[in-house]
Amino acid sequence: MTYIPHTQDDIQAMLAAVGVSRIEDLFGAIPEGLRLARPLDLPPAESEIEVLRDISALADRNRAAGSRSSFLGGGIYDHAIPSVVPALAGRSEFVTSYTPYQAEISQGVLQTIYEFQTMVCELTGMEAANASLYDGGSAVAEGAMMALRLAADDRHRVVVLPGVNPLYRRVLETYVEGLPVQVVDARMDGGAVDLTDLGKRVSSKTACVLVQYPNWLGNLEPLTEIISIARERGARVVVSLDPVAMGLLKRPGDLGADIVVGEGQSLGIPMSGGGPYLGFLAARMKDIRQMPGRIVGATVDAEGRRGYVLTFQTREQHIRRARATSNICTNQALVALTATIHMAALGKGGLRETAVQCAQKARYAAERLSAIPGFSLAFPGVPFFKEFAVRTPVRPAVLNRALSKAGIVGGLDAGTLDKKMKGLWLVAVTEKRTREEIDRMVDVVSAVVSKRKLTPTLALPRQGGGDKRETHLPLGRG
Amino acid sequence: MPDVDPRTASVSTIFELSRPGRRAFRLPVLDVPEKPLGEIFSGHLADDAPALPEVSEIDVVRHYTKLSTRSFGVDTGFYPLGSCTMKYNPKVNEEAARLAGLAGVHPLQSEDDIQGLLELLHRLERSLCELSGMARVTLQPAAGAHGEFTAMLMIRKALAERGQSPGEKPRRIVLIPDSAHGTNPASAAIAGFEMIEVKSDGRGLVDLDGLRKKVSSETAAFMLTNPNTLGLFEENVVEIARIVHEAGGFMYLDGANLNAFLGVARPAEMGFDVVHFNLHKTFSTPHGGGGPGAGPVGVAESLVPYLPVPLVEKEGDRYRLDWDRPKSIGKVHAFYGNVGILIRAYAYIRSLGAEGLRRVAEIATLNANYLRVKLRGRYHLPYDRICQHEAVFSARNQAAHGVKARDIAKRLLDYGFYAPTVYFPLVVEEALMIEPVETESREEIDRFVDAMTAIADEAENNPDVVRTAPHTTPVRRLDDTRAVREPDLRWKAG
Repeated sequence: MTYIPHTQDDIQAMLAAVGVSRIEDLFGAIPEGLRLARPLDLPPAESEIEVLRDISALADRNRAAGSRSSFLGGGIYDHAIPSVVPALAGRSEFVTSYTPYQAEISQGVLQTIYEFQTMVCELTGMEAANASLYDGGSAVAEGAMMALRLAADDRHRVVVLPGVNPLYRRVLETYVEGLPVQVVDARMDGGAVDLTDLGKRVSSKTACVLVQYPNWLGNLEPLTEIISIARERGARVVVSLDPVAMGLLKRPGDLGADIVVGEGQSLGIPMSGGGPYLGFLAARMKDIRQMPGRIVGATVDAEGRRGYVLTFQTREQHIRRARATSNICTNQALVALTATIHMAALGKGGLRETAVQCAQKARYAAERLSAIPGFSLAFPGVPFFKEFAVRTPVRPAVLNRALSKAGIVGGLDAGTLDKKMKGLWLVAVTEKRTREEIDRMVDVVSAVVSKRKLTPTLALPRQGGGDKRETHLPLGRG
Repeated sequence: MPDVDPRTASVSTIFELSRPGRRAFRLPVLDVPEKPLGEIFSGHLADDAPALPEVSEIDVVRHYTKLSTRSFGVDTGFYPLGSCTMKYNPKVNEEAARLAGLAGVHPLQSEDDIQGLLELLHRLERSLCELSGMARVTLQPAAGAHGEFTAMLMIRKALAERGQSPGEKPRRIVLIPDSAHGTNPASAAIAGFEMIEVKSDGRGLVDLDGLRKKVSSETAAFMLTNPNTLGLFEENVVEIARIVHEAGGFMYLDGANLNAFLGVARPAEMGFDVVHFNLHKTFSTPHGGGGPGAGPVGVAESLVPYLPVPLVEKEGDRYRLDWDRPKSIGKVHAFYGNVGILIRAYAYIRSLGAEGLRRVAEIATLNANYLRVKLRGRYHLPYDRICQHEAVFSARNQAAHGVKARDIAKRLLDYGFYAPTVYFPLVVEEALMIEPVETESREEIDRFVDAMTAIADEAENNPDVVRTAPHTTPVRRLDDTRAVREPDLRWKAG
């Protein structure tokens, strides 16, 4: 299973051609003392059957959300994926090709990127999009850094709305730490940004305001008002988006956003334990030279035929080196292709229908949950899209444990991502969930609460170690 | 015969196939009571949905199948692209990554729910530690450049922690050889460092005297690729490490060329403090037309505290995510990196095993040297000695006939091969950088050598046919200037 086709005869003939007698002679430039004198301490080679047996055994030890009824979100969602999507995106000419630097034999890959850029522009209402970034987190960081490059030198602050996913905020913070950039947090009021507070925080030192829409608690931020506050103070607005929401909601580009980024996992990408996902970034044509990442453009060939090339490459690391707009080289091209096929399969009508079903089913789930005694919506005053925060009479971890026993993946314990949200249970409902599944989830949750009333000790959290296991993401802010 | 040759006719975009009302996918009928959308969303509601194409399922299938045939992958043919390690991408890896128990994992599921995945990640980390000699590895970076950036952030933080003596300037200089990949200076720059270039000597290696002159109390790190981008092993790497360490800097290995010494030698013993791996090069995961890859970073003990959170820890039979790492740089990816790619790399390591991985380096090196001796009669070889995994030629002989490296690359497409990397490394004029990975057979390399020889003949006897190549591809050379002057970055109706 080494995938090496050489026979002993080949090796002997090739060594003779090179003029050495042993393969070891080819490593003469590596000083003797550096050569590993022992075999690697790794298991021996395995056949395909053994490899799959081994990895399947590991896979079977997971209780994968994709195979269960899942209400877990927090930025990654269990959406339906049409069968044509993996079938086409898995075609090996796409999968095994390199970055399309040789345009003449890479027209297929280049055209799919051009189509991807077009679809991202349609989704966001922007004028130009790049060929992809690593994920939603790094897209947020790249979006903010692009805004910093576009801003005057004395504008070194990034005002981050409290609704930005805490994981994305952490990535942004990591990216800019050590640079002359200040990250400023705005305040939340009732599940969305406090506009009065925001007005005070955005100043002549602000390069951009960073908004997530819908925000990480599922709620819709007042985009129009946020954009006008930023505009009045000369700051740009970077919006991080759930593309599925665009089937229903106004596009940030139409409202005046300067840069729109986001996580494209909702567009036909498996949840896959954390990646590969799809960062996207779209902006205005006038700002194109400050965009990070690859861009494809249409042009003509020597015979006047339409064709596609990588363009505006003078922004990129292989040309501009230390002065490039970003260091990104390898991106998420195949994931962008997958999303492109997904968007083509859904089409305009399918995207709208998906968004409508998410919104309606989430509403149904929210109503049923908040009807359970002791449960209430955490932010009743603000509209949500497909995810909502619930105040619960028992800790979210207790609910999730009970649901897990029933084969259901419960919502996110919001306190694990942001300490200020401790006790909130974040429930996501996609078009894939049926009424029956929602009802069953509600029944299990109700049973936990009623059982607890009867025999309070049973459902009380265990002490010590058992408790620690639940908080798998203790990364509160600051 | 039709007027238009379907092999070379333009393919319309998916948007041009759109007809109002066509659908390729339907959802079940909504089974919950409906609320009026206007009431729910009021001011947020759009008048219309985005103008995605409206096409039937067969439209989608034929369109993207057609586009796939206009792409060239490793499965299509030989990819001698230097520095990119375009080896065969095993199919079993794809099957492993698609297993429902892995592809269906939500990254925010509880540790109890994802023990199998955590164990796989832990085993992969241990394997990469053994291959590199490093203490720990973060699997979070999504690409090589992402790994470089992560490493530079760790170095930055470690230096800040170390502090400065009074009167000492902060360590803000990163030294980079003139043969380095463009991502090196770009990654150092976005991490807030300044770059100083170190020249190569007459043998194509780091010039030790030049390096001694350039290190100082401001040196943060030296970013080295080994073997370097000329395919030559940096024989003085131990001395280089000594010079850099004595100056107080860190040694960084750009692991792009790890395929050259897998199992033969290890970065730790060479004196490196930190190394990034390109799983999409060395560990056979596919390039996907530009990504996704994965760029894990291994570090020596001194940098372990700064690794991104979380790390997977094993406690007895149980695996957990350790987020409580106070000195960590933070996060470079929202979750745990390109997990699907990590699964493929793990499958590859299990398939090859200890001996197989070493065999990779041996045969990759044999292939490169075989190709080197076969081609050196016709193409100028600036550094003519045993190379490691790749050989860098110059089209200097052909340039005398007005044929450039770019022309040779384009002509190879007519012969059914992908092109070598051209004009890189920058230290070789008219560079042709060829990496014939271990998965290519002797016959395939012979065929490639025949094509290169035929092109060398053409350059002498019929240079125009090379200068105007390619002739048989779906499109001819494209107008790059027009693409910038008249930007057309998205399809528009009409």
